[in-house]
Amino acid sequence: MFDLTGKSALVTGASGGIGAAIARSLHGAGATVGLSGTRVDPLQALADELGERAHVLPCNLGDADAVTALPKQATEAMGAVDILVNNAGITRDNLFMRMSDDEWQSVLDVNLTSAFRLSKGVMRGMMKARWGRIVNISSIVGATGNPGQANYAASKAGMVGMAKSLAYEVASRGITVNAVAPGFIATAMTDKLTDDQKDKINVQIPAGRMGTPEEIAAATLYLASPEAAYVTGTVLHVNGGMAML
Amino acid sequence: MSDIEDRVRKKVVEHLGVDEDKVVPNASFIDDLGADSLDTVELVMAFEEEFGIEIPDDAAESIQTFGDAVKFISENNG
Repeated sequence: MFDLTGKSALVTGASGGIGAAIARSLHGAGATVGLSGTRVDPLQALADELGERAHVLPCNLGDADAVTALPKQATEAMGAVDILVNNAGITRDNLFMRMSDDEWQSVLDVNLTSAFRLSKGVMRGMMKARWGRIVNISSIVGATGNPGQANYAASKAGMVGMAKSLAYEVASRGITVNAVAPGFIATAMTDKLTDDQKDKINVQIPAGRMGTPEEIAAATLYLASPEAAYVTGTVLHVNGGMAML
Repeated sequence: MSDIEDRVRKKVVEHLGVDEDKVVPNASFIDDLGADSLDTVELVMAFEEEFGIEIPDDAAESIQTFGDAVKFISENNG
């Protein structure tokens, strides 16, 4: 099940915990993977770990020209982009009343506008191939909101609205566009929390624990697979029951 | 001119699966040849590849008929 042999996948934010898990999972299913991110060292380390069928494609997603160039670089490296995972994301948290234009704009640029540009950049190839998968990694906060994260939540909700609209437009061409919305996931970011803070989070989660990057990767692998051909414009919430949407 | 017309007609037939004799200069891709809006985007992409040209978005929007396509490509080819 979930055989991606012969498919090529571009994963942004592949140097992060969730992105790396997604890349491993798609690669494990047989896909060739393009690992994009800003930090070259972890990307190279991941590519070395994966061995064959892994390409390092550094890109600063805040730089419009670099983003526009990325699908072309990925196609040159891998021959095609059949699967795009818009995973890269940044946070610039602040109370709404204190949030600067720059804090707002930089988060929207990296999280949402880059997903728009990359999706546009890979669409021609997918339309010609009559096959394509786009998976936007959104967030639970895109649906529920979160104090201090107006910019991040707006960008993550935006990824869902964009995915649904695009899904309508390209469904007849064998291309699906979906989103995965992780809840609290144990990554380097959450490792910094104290045990006390973690306990407070865990009581809000019916499953009683944080999720793992591999659990997000599994959801992404499903949506990227041939088996999910009839699933489009949907949001797969992976949050241990924290928000049942 | 006629060479371009033939090549454009071939692409239209190939893409929209219509009879060649229906592809006349004033045939509208959407109204007469059964294209949907995404088909018109794909047709423009096919023309770009066939002729090695770039068709900007605003020009693409003005290409509504087979004749429009032949005219634009003739004026911008080579």
